[in-house]
Amino acid sequence: MNRQIRRFGVGMMVLYLLLFAQLNRLQVFDAQKLVDDPNNTRPIVRDYGQRRGTITTADGTLVAFSEELDEGQFARQRLYPEGDLYGHITGFFSFNYGAEGLEKTYNDELAGKTTEQAFGSLEDLLVDRDNTGNLVLGLNHQLQVAARDALGEQNGSVVALEPATGNVLAMWSWPSYDPNLISAVDQETSRAAWVWHNALNPSPLIPKAYRETYFPGSTFKIVTASAALASGNVSPTSPVYPVVPSYTPPLTTSPLRNFGGSSCGGDLNNIIRVSCNSAIAQMAVEEIGPEALAEMAEAFGFNDRLPLDLPSVAESVFVTDYGPFNRTNTSEAGREYDVFDNTPAFAQSSIGQFETKATPLQMAMVVAAVGNNGRLMEPKVVTEILDVDGGDISTNGDELMKLVMAPDVAQKVREAMVGAVADGTGRRLQTPGWEVGSKTGTAQLGASVEATHAWVIVFAGQPGQPADIAIAVLVEADAALGQQTGGTAAAPIAKAVLDAFIALQAGS
Amino acid sequence: MGKVRRTTELGLIVLGCLIVTGAYTLASLGRNASIPANLGPFLGIILALMIGAHLATRWLAPEADGLLLPLAALLNGLGFVFIVRLAGERRVPSDLPGLQSTWTALGIAAYVGTLLLVRKTRMLDQYRYSFAVLGIGLLMVPLIPGIGRQINGARIWASIGPINFQPGEFAKIVLAIFFASYLVEKRELLRIATARIGPIHVPELRHLGPLLLAWGASIIVMVLEKDLGSSLLFFALFAVMVWVATDRVAYLISALIMFMGGAYAAWTQFSHVQARVDIWLDPWADPSNKGFQVLQSMFAFATGGLTGTGLGLGDPERIPEVETDFIFAAIGEELGLFGATAVLLCYLLMVGSGLRVAMRAESPFDKLLAVGLTALLGIQTFIIIGGVTRLVPLTGITLPFVSYGGSSLLANYVLLALLMRISDETAARERLRAEEGAGVRKVVA
Repeated sequence: MNRQIRRFGVGMMVLYLLLFAQLNRLQVFDAQKLVDDPNNTRPIVRDYGQRRGTITTADGTLVAFSEELDEGQFARQRLYPEGDLYGHITGFFSFNYGAEGLEKTYNDELAGKTTEQAFGSLEDLLVDRDNTGNLVLGLNHQLQVAARDALGEQNGSVVALEPATGNVLAMWSWPSYDPNLISAVDQETSRAAWVWHNALNPSPLIPKAYRETYFPGSTFKIVTASAALASGNVSPTSPVYPVVPSYTPPLTTSPLRNFGGSSCGGDLNNIIRVSCNSAIAQMAVEEIGPEALAEMAEAFGFNDRLPLDLPSVAESVFVTDYGPFNRTNTSEAGREYDVFDNTPAFAQSSIGQFETKATPLQMAMVVAAVGNNGRLMEPKVVTEILDVDGGDISTNGDELMKLVMAPDVAQKVREAMVGAVADGTGRRLQTPGWEVGSKTGTAQLGASVEATHAWVIVFAGQPGQPADIAIAVLVEADAALGQQTGGTAAAPIAKAVLDAFIALQAGS
Repeated sequence: MGKVRRTTELGLIVLGCLIVTGAYTLASLGRNASIPANLGPFLGIILALMIGAHLATRWLAPEADGLLLPLAALLNGLGFVFIVRLAGERRVPSDLPGLQSTWTALGIAAYVGTLLLVRKTRMLDQYRYSFAVLGIGLLMVPLIPGIGRQINGARIWASIGPINFQPGEFAKIVLAIFFASYLVEKRELLRIATARIGPIHVPELRHLGPLLLAWGASIIVMVLEKDLGSSLLFFALFAVMVWVATDRVAYLISALIMFMGGAYAAWTQFSHVQARVDIWLDPWADPSNKGFQVLQSMFAFATGGLTGTGLGLGDPERIPEVETDFIFAAIGEELGLFGATAVLLCYLLMVGSGLRVAMRAESPFDKLLAVGLTALLGIQTFIIIGGVTRLVPLTGITLPFVSYGGSSLLANYVLLALLMRISDETAARERLRAEEGAGVRKVVA
């Protein structure tokens, strides 16, 4: 029988060689294909169920954390205790739809996957350490609540920055969404929420504050005024523009009218105070020119992705090309200036019309730079990342983004804006004991549309000191409401946020 | 001879226990990142258990093969580490390690008990028909209303009072004994074909009868219990034993034809057989339902790659039944191709040792029984590893010594004890003959 036994042994050997071959196929040759297989949810589920850090506001309000689950497919679920209040900040963390907001930009830090976190030290290899990172926001919960309450259910956005640091103090847009739904462990809930949010118009998933651009209207005049003063051709008191109902740029016969058909004019302080279209457009054409204004707009951050630590930040737009040189004109003051084929469009651009578009965040940065002696700081939502013991993993330091203008220029712009609050379009923002400057904006969507976007940009601080807060408010055009001006529709919202900020300062 | 074997065995057992303790530590580090508090007691207990088995062997089967017990101990220990590592993960009950350690202790008791009870293999040969009846009886226990339990679609469980067990695991061994005994006596008669069915010459039906009866009954019972893995194992066992006994390839071929016929009939008649084949051919057709388990198993192997994720660092708990039938996928994921191949080699070494025992054995019964027992171990391993790697259709069956499960562990230790008994007997006889030879030469000189 030994011959058969030997043969049986050979047979078994062959069978085991087949097993070995199959193991090689699964673990080596086809391994990558199997790992990438769409049915293989291991990597996603693994990330999804893993430990993940918390997100907390500067004043300690928990806005995102992971809760351990006892049963089901996943070990943990992501929860957002404040519902829709921070939806556009935290974003969502979904098994089906990936991540948005901070969950996306700080995914590695939250999951503890950055090199520093994963291999902090040699001893971490031996000791179990929760190496996830907890995000601390610059946002203040009271201000965020104030922004939400003040805007109410009007489509629009409120952004508050700390000018000296670039920290976002509040950022709220309506409509917002509750990230708990899309992040839900229950797949049906998650899917239904996704479909529903995407079907809505406007979609609450879009954070208007940094992903939607609007005509900035008259708020853009602060950029124009900055360029004018920086050029050296203009001072707060000269030139003095005639009081007229409209200005007709060169190469066109269609006049650029003042708001409501009124007449206005005067020096820079006055034309900013009353938001005079005719005079500012004339100043832009005659004293600044496209090149200098584009340069100033880009110094504020236009035509580039703002370095905010959130995903898909929209670029604000200022058109830089206004056609070839056409001729040289002479102003009433006797100064020669260049005229380009598209100078009429440039005149529109200079007062925030034509194709000029800005995000609410961009306009908040404009006013923050003015309030901060011309120093524009990089905007940021997250200030630091802590480990589970509260130790520092990394700090998002205050970074100078651009010295937009010299401090003395900024001081002049600032004074013009203070004038608008003292006795101009921003009267509603007057606050005893605080130096407040503002510029309102009422942006027409086109000749045929009655409705207007209402804007206001505000800085506030101690007299003579760099501003403590910069606020931009946008209330979207609403056909039902018709014309709504920045002074009436947007300024009260900014005032509410400012009051909340002052209350916080008094309390601390 | 015996002394050398036992010393080797002891050394290998200590080495195996150290490997297992190392794996236990790594698994705990991987999962909780802490060195287990009970490391000392753990090492002590497994050493005590395995050295206990070794001492019993020294006493009861001093000249048996020295490789089989350490291999079984290593596989058992490795399986235990994986059960500890899996316990408490989702889908896996957390009380399994305690139960499995109890089963291991009982398994070693069964090993010692078998060596104690079966002092001579001849004893087994005597109770041939009793074994046949016992084997078929054991197989049928789960069909008895009130005792039988159906779990996961297969009716292979019996529960009497608080005790649940799978009688089929023991029936396999008992029937292997019967086959060996019967075939040895009838093998000459079975070699010659004197009767005719149509144009084909076949052996006398009265010699073939009891064999076909025992075999057919067991197959039918297992089909009724929907225990496909065991049916397949039985079929292969029968074919191999008859072929080895008679050296007639015709038996192997006709078994193969019968298998194909039977498989086809089962495929047309039973939806659960069809489902298994469909899943094997294309698990992607229903990836989140029917194909889920085997796909998860394949993904686990792929995730493991060459070196594995490391013990305690993979997600093997995603595979349903990972602690029993699919435990090899957990090994593949966390220990990689290297670890899985090492385990495969352990089984191949056990098969090799078992067949060496068979080759050396003198009596045809010992030879055939050793082949049968080795075939049970080797083929069962092939069926389940082939199933979880999608080399062959999946049929639920345990991985010997490694999977969680009391009946399986106990039965495999009994199987091991029987192989050891045969090996010891052979060696003792060889030694006696050598001594006699030496004695004779001494006298002559």
